[in-house]
Amino acid sequence: MSNLLEIHIDDQTLQVEPGRMIIEAADQAGIAIPRFCYHKKLPIAANCRMCLVDVEKSGKPLPACATPVTHGMVVRTHSPKALEAQQSVMEFLLINHPLDCPICDQGGQCELQDVAMGYGKDISRYHEGKRSVHDKNLGPLISTDMTRCIHCTRCVRFGQEIAGIPELGTIGRGEHTEISTYIEKSLDSELSGNIIDLCPVGALTSKPFRFTARPWELTQADSIAPHDCVGSHMALHCRGQKVLRAAPRECESLNETWLSDRDRFSYTGLNHPDRLQTPMIKVHGEWQETDWPTALNTAVRQLLLTIQGHGAEQVGAQISPNSTVEEFYLLQKWLRGLHVPHIDHRIHQVAPSAQLRNTPPGLEGTLTSLNQQDLIVLIGSYLQREQPIIAHRVRQSTLNGGHVVLIGSVDPKHNFDVAARAQIKPSELARTLTNLITAVAKATQQPLPSGFPAVIPSAADETLAKALLIQGKCTLLVGQIAQNHADAAIIEALSRHLAQLLSAQFGLLTQGSNSAGAWLAGAVPHQKPGLAEESTKGLSAAKQWSAKLKSYILVNMEPEVDSASPVEALAALKAAETVICLTPYVTPAMLDYADILLPTATFAETAGTFVNVEGTWQSFTGAISPPGLARPAWKILRVLGNLTEQPGFDYISSQAILTEVKAQCDSATAASPTTIAWPTTTAQPILEGFECITFWPIYRVDAITRRSEALQQSATAEGPCIWLHPNLAHRLSLQEGEFAKVGGQNASWVHLAVRLTPRIPEDAVYIPAGFTETAFAAAFSQVYVERGECR
Amino acid sequence: MKKSAKSYTRSFLLWEIFVGLKLTLRYFFGEKITIQFPEEKTPLSPRFRGLHALRRYPNGEERCIACKLCEAVCPALAITIESEPREDGSRRTTRYDIDLFKCIYCGFCEESCPVDSIVETSLSHYHFEARGENIMTKPMLLAIGDRYENNIAKEKLADAPYR
Repeated sequence: MSNLLEIHIDDQTLQVEPGRMIIEAADQAGIAIPRFCYHKKLPIAANCRMCLVDVEKSGKPLPACATPVTHGMVVRTHSPKALEAQQSVMEFLLINHPLDCPICDQGGQCELQDVAMGYGKDISRYHEGKRSVHDKNLGPLISTDMTRCIHCTRCVRFGQEIAGIPELGTIGRGEHTEISTYIEKSLDSELSGNIIDLCPVGALTSKPFRFTARPWELTQADSIAPHDCVGSHMALHCRGQKVLRAAPRECESLNETWLSDRDRFSYTGLNHPDRLQTPMIKVHGEWQETDWPTALNTAVRQLLLTIQGHGAEQVGAQISPNSTVEEFYLLQKWLRGLHVPHIDHRIHQVAPSAQLRNTPPGLEGTLTSLNQQDLIVLIGSYLQREQPIIAHRVRQSTLNGGHVVLIGSVDPKHNFDVAARAQIKPSELARTLTNLITAVAKATQQPLPSGFPAVIPSAADETLAKALLIQGKCTLLVGQIAQNHADAAIIEALSRHLAQLLSAQFGLLTQGSNSAGAWLAGAVPHQKPGLAEESTKGLSAAKQWSAKLKSYILVNMEPEVDSASPVEALAALKAAETVICLTPYVTPAMLDYADILLPTATFAETAGTFVNVEGTWQSFTGAISPPGLARPAWKILRVLGNLTEQPGFDYISSQAILTEVKAQCDSATAASPTTIAWPTTTAQPILEGFECITFWPIYRVDAITRRSEALQQSATAEGPCIWLHPNLAHRLSLQEGEFAKVGGQNASWVHLAVRLTPRIPEDAVYIPAGFTETAFAAAFSQVYVERGECR
Repeated sequence: MKKSAKSYTRSFLLWEIFVGLKLTLRYFFGEKITIQFPEEKTPLSPRFRGLHALRRYPNGEERCIACKLCEAVCPALAITIESEPREDGSRRTTRYDIDLFKCIYCGFCEESCPVDSIVETSLSHYHFEARGENIMTKPMLLAIGDRYENNIAKEKLADAPYR
């Protein structure tokens, strides 16, 4: 390549692209230059001056992070001039840095310590008083010791550039410079925990981890983030049999160097008192702790009794989409071996369709490609609170000049600019998409598919369609609200067709960490492993509840809050003869409806595989052993298979199961997708009451996050409440903070605190799911709101 | 194998006995070095490394800040520390155990301590009567420190000029 520049660093000759900084060239060549403020993912500030190097023909040493390379440049990082400059800078930095390394959580992993050892002087000449700064309260996740701050401003730049919420800034000048939130507030970004990693000193440290261990005591185990479909690479830092913190592992294609707060702090829920430690069985209505053989034999006996007495169609199995591929596969293998057809992982969906798929749900392109899109259409998604890492990539694309069009029910304060929006009720999503497709097809002169409903788009839809007609790369992302709604199948089909019209890549951002894995492993009632069509089609998760089966098997889920219709689920479970729960945690409701409780291991304690939104299979091993008698769910399912005398259940490792699943995925012929009938009528409008927007808030998505104390205390966590549009609240004469009487379709009235937001449609209400307090309302059902008595 | 006349003479006159008795006599009349333990004790260096203690500041605040340097430096892995923020937000240990069976009394813990909290006192006369007594817990170590603080301070002072 002729446009490369030749530079010399410390006797090495390098070929560097023009526009690169010296430090980037040195990093690529593995030449160490000390730095504090420079970070490869953040804009350059050049304010710490630690990276001063000696550049030939320059009078003074130059900062390597802010000096672009030129042809024939000669750089010396260890010449006397460079060393003297580095030592002097180090001495200045240490003037105000306290010597409290023994009580500092950063001690042992501190960039300042390391650089002081490598580039500092061996003695201090400073005897005057040091400056001290008041600590800031940044909420329950990040603890501060601002006296230690060296003003590298990495945290400030992270807020501005990456998180998109400029929460931290510098105030004062010179010696009086402080990093501050201006007005005391906690950090609200879903990625705020990353400033802990960014801080080169101990000024910003993890609050849940505070003072519990030193870095050299911890062992690092590689893991995969278990709460969203990105599958971020992360590491669990453990001491003994306890996970003490989580940190990101660099993976440029998925999470870059970041980790969402949900993945970073959810480990605090692992040791919750709710943790089930011994198998338990209910004998004459009394719970008894027991050993594994008794519990497993009882489970198998009761299950076989149901199958013999009522038939295998009277058994339903549901598994959380956060389970591993191995667990999905063994559950379906075991139950299909017993001729039980009802197996589903789509527990959050109101109406999981029986539509066949030939690819697992996910993103068509790569996550990296999201950074460079000219148009991103978000359909029924609360992206920041669903997939913080994908939201970060969407934000990067807007910073690169892309546009975002939002079609959805919740229009929160985004950290990216939204070019155009349609804020509609969930039931209107399908109709709006139909109108948009008609308008786009007309504008681009493309034919509509046969049987497509004839509609006349409104002026608003025409305007929105114009915003979609952008030349360039385009992506269409369908989120949780669209997928969980009753119209999900129609919305997906319409979205796919819209993507086709716009020649956009299509992405289904699934809930849970492993929905794609569940499809591939056959944890759906109508498809076998490898997406092959199953001849005997079972009932979906939602239909299993309404069918009121005789026996249920629940894996890693708490239907009273995880299910789309908790009231219906609880009624079905209470009426059932046998309920077997494989669960890491036990809830009061579970003690009521379950008959056998088998303690399982969480993601930190079991080996497993997650398939992420890109379709990448990512295996991980357990970092610690499960507490008490709890065992990995795949081992429990394996033994259950043995006890029912089924062949092929002699796995000795999870790897053997994975190999089997992979072989089946390779050999099976995927089902050909069924074409969906276009809706001839628009969705039935709700005539009385209000339409409920249901969304599992960011820290209520699964059993572990719900039990993470640190996350529950954070500002981003939502409490059980009802969100109303201010105009609706005015109509109902309700005010913020008051309690409203809220009723679902088949339950008594409950009192919920009223919160106001103009960011939802005026005639809908938003009730966060994942709370027992809000479980009275089935997802997207109609609710009645009245002014009621305060509790 | 003929022995010389000199050798026979020495054997008959028991010469070697007298040579031995000469040494006995020298010590019989020489200065006595035996001491009457336990009434008397040999003098100890201020650097003697005996039983461990955790010290406090004069205001009663425990010195240890849970930096875990002693735990890290201990070559016998005899020290186990657990820590958490105390109610006032300061960094403190919740557990500080020393296994005296593992300890090799090298004194590295004392050397590494940035706040002179863990010390090895001059106490060397102690015993265990039951299993488990070899684990010195934090209250036990603090109690030793409280009881012998005067001695410890004196020894530290005596050694200070050489550090």
